[in-house]
Amino acid sequence: MTYKIEENGNSRIVHLTGEIDMDVADKARQSILPLIEAGHEVHLNLSKVEYMDSSGISVLIESKKLSEKKNTKFELVEVSKPVEKVLAMARKFL
Amino acid sequence: MSEIAHQDHSEKKAFLVNSSSLRDVRSFCRGVFEKLQINNDLKEELVLAIAEAAQNIVKHAFKNNADANELMVVQISCESNKLQIAFYDRGTPVDPKKVKHREIDNVKPGGLGTFFIQEIMDAVEFKDGKKPWINHLVLTKQL
Repeated sequence: MTYKIEENGNSRIVHLTGEIDMDVADKARQSILPLIEAGHEVHLNLSKVEYMDSSGISVLIESKKLSEKKNTKFELVEVSKPVEKVLAMARKFL
Repeated sequence: MSEIAHQDHSEKKAFLVNSSSLRDVRSFCRGVFEKLQINNDLKEELVLAIAEAAQNIVKHAFKNNADANELMVVQISCESNKLQIAFYDRGTPVDPKKVKHREIDNVKPGGLGTFFIQEIMDAVEFKDGKKPWINHLVLTKQL
């Protein structure tokens, strides 16, 4: 998994690419949480993520919860088809 | 249920029990499912279920023994359009009564893997592992 961060004022657009599983979840977490911790709005682009499992969903939940605690914004701006399928399955449960 | 008659086939492979093996587990599964001519949508769902089960072995069965040079075996078999995926490991014995997804209103990270497995597969069964194995998990799905 690789990531790229774009800056736009107080907003940060985080682009993740590749596969997000337990092995790289910490790397994904570290690309997002410090930005939220610093008070930035984070827009997450997952359009180039080919695979995501429950570890990736955990990163999204943690990010959302931290953004609520920090009173800032965390949102998904684009998702790939594989991510959309996993999110749809997770939504039945969350 | 699939209208295609999938050929009978069985393959197994051993993997080191660590998180960096999960990519190899997925790759093995995709290869077998391509041979079985399983359509892409179902293939990726099955890959997710298998990867989540393998992840549970790494996370839970070997929770206190992460550095061990241990192996887990994944076996995929298809017979009469019934798919069976078996996992064998020598980690901490799993108590099936404790393997359940969390409550629906408990929104916190983790615990979704078991839910995904149950959503995707028809049956999840813990069997007694025969020596040298300790845990033997079997997932099944009618194709």
